[in-house]
Amino acid sequence: MLSPLHVEPLHIADRKFSSRLMVGTGKFASNELMRDALAASETELVTVALKRANLKSENDPFADILEYLETDRYMVLPNTAGAMNADEAVRIARLALAAGLPNWVKLEIHPDPNYLLPDPIETLQAAKTLIKEGFVVLPYINADPVLAARLQDLGCATVMPLGSPIGSNLGVQTRAQIEIIIEQARVPVVVDAGIGLPSHATEAMEMGADAVLVNTAIAIADDPLQIAQAFAVSVQAGWVSRHLGKSDASLGAQPTSPLTSFLD
Amino acid sequence: MGFSQLLPSLPIEELVQRSLESKPRHVNNILKKGRAESLEEFAALISPAALPHIEAMAQLSQKITKRQFGKVIRLFAPIYLSNECINICRYCGFSRDVDIPRITISVDQFVKETRLLSSQGFRSLLIVAGEHPKYVSNGYVEECIRKCLPFMPSILLELGPLETEDYQPIVKAGAEGLVVYQETYHKPTYSQMHPSGPKKKYGWRVDTAERAYDAGFRRIGIGPLLGLYDWRYEAIAIAAHARYLYQQCWKLHLSISLPRLRPASGNFQTKNQYQLQNQELVQLICALRMLLPHVGIVLSTREFPNLRDGLVRIGITTMSAGSSTEPGGYSHFDTNAWRRVDVQPGEQFHIADERSPGEIAAMIRTQGYEPVWKDFDQALVSS
Repeated sequence: MLSPLHVEPLHIADRKFSSRLMVGTGKFASNELMRDALAASETELVTVALKRANLKSENDPFADILEYLETDRYMVLPNTAGAMNADEAVRIARLALAAGLPNWVKLEIHPDPNYLLPDPIETLQAAKTLIKEGFVVLPYINADPVLAARLQDLGCATVMPLGSPIGSNLGVQTRAQIEIIIEQARVPVVVDAGIGLPSHATEAMEMGADAVLVNTAIAIADDPLQIAQAFAVSVQAGWVSRHLGKSDASLGAQPTSPLTSFLD
Repeated sequence: MGFSQLLPSLPIEELVQRSLESKPRHVNNILKKGRAESLEEFAALISPAALPHIEAMAQLSQKITKRQFGKVIRLFAPIYLSNECINICRYCGFSRDVDIPRITISVDQFVKETRLLSSQGFRSLLIVAGEHPKYVSNGYVEECIRKCLPFMPSILLELGPLETEDYQPIVKAGAEGLVVYQETYHKPTYSQMHPSGPKKKYGWRVDTAERAYDAGFRRIGIGPLLGLYDWRYEAIAIAAHARYLYQQCWKLHLSISLPRLRPASGNFQTKNQYQLQNQELVQLICALRMLLPHVGIVLSTREFPNLRDGLVRIGITTMSAGSSTEPGGYSHFDTNAWRRVDVQPGEQFHIADERSPGEIAAMIRTQGYEPVWKDFDQALVSS
């Protein structure tokens, strides 16, 4: 029996995570199923939309998603889904902090409620304000290398470019830009959105992403627990492949008359 | 340019005709593709030729809906503020010429009933009122909104159409969305159904959604009242309206309701040929989903339990439950059984699914979906 794959831990700001898979909590058929799928995924970082949560001090059995998230097991990363502009996102982050959630925030601002594509201008503005206020900011962005660089200049803890639109399960369609983001990155790059299959997750990790975030593909699967496990394995496989197993593919044979033989 | 100006140039009659003459091969080609890419393809999907393919359409619709919205159904409750109305609408139980007791509930009673709905689980409310200037002129609606926001984080309204600047104080008070039914997109029928009152103005009503968007509502609901005119005509018109709104209003969260006429005071009878059968309603929902993957589809208690249960997995996103359709109605509910203890004559229409909110939530869970009570919080976006 082999020991489990060795994957280096992921460092974000001052925290260390042994899993490189982040999981979102929307779209599940029940809170119980969500809880079990999170456990099966072995994730240590879970994002939750505050619009669905109860932020009051008294319990609310009709908005109790936070009660299904085992905080000793995961870091709960509040996200600002539902915010249409910088002001709203900043407000949500502050309310989350006031409600006792961490001072980390997954910054997502999508004024278009249909494709949920992130607004670069509002995201940059909100990041500026939140970082000034001491938040650890993990912004969800389009795969835009310049925006990613500017957000890193501001002090964002990660950048989270999309592979393809949220919920599309189309995989890494923005490959060329994500490669540039990875090449230039000073902070962890998390491929977020569009990861529909475990093989997509492996692909992103093989490209050099530091982590991936998956939600829809697990939540709406016929068997979310099995798929969650498959994602866990595929992320590990992708990391190992990138760091230990890289061998260049080659189509052609070696030429019999090398161009530089005259140097011999 | 508003949709009302575009509407006359749309070939709706022609598309209805083409729908009726659709060939199975054409329908098959669209099903193979898995989605409708034009109004013409949508028309083919609501054709008699597509009806035998209802199961395939349902499968496609489920797949798209699951991907877009997940395995969840959002729940809300309507609450009626008033049944006073200055319009005559031939089909409506609140029509000015119908002899019913006219009631407008006080802000205190509204708050009391909303608390009752909150105790049942609801965190999303639709405030409904007949068209009467007195609710909007004196801040009554705004006061209702402000008073219940602390325990009702999402509030939508269904009121007579207003000007953009008259919507703004309502948005500022904390309303998330607005619902406005065109009733019928067929202009001659519209005129016939609305002989008197401000509702006579067809184009003014058509453009309400755009005025509401300009005023800052995040969520807007539109819909025909099925049974007043040919359902395929209404279906193509609402699909065109939705596509227009998606282009013009890119930040809009749009939903469509497809209410069918229910028995009401006044005893309006729909013509047989305008009645939409159950399977046609299901066909229409699937076709809309295949054309508009992002649109919310709302199903009210106008429909019977059997149909409501089946539609949970087929394409709807939002349901009401345990509804009273009369002002002050919830005050007459037995709060344990969530049924009316006596019958009041002031309801807008008679509902067909009388199950309690808890029973509906349990039914949704049985189907493998999560009933979501809270999916928006006004407190998160404004002070």
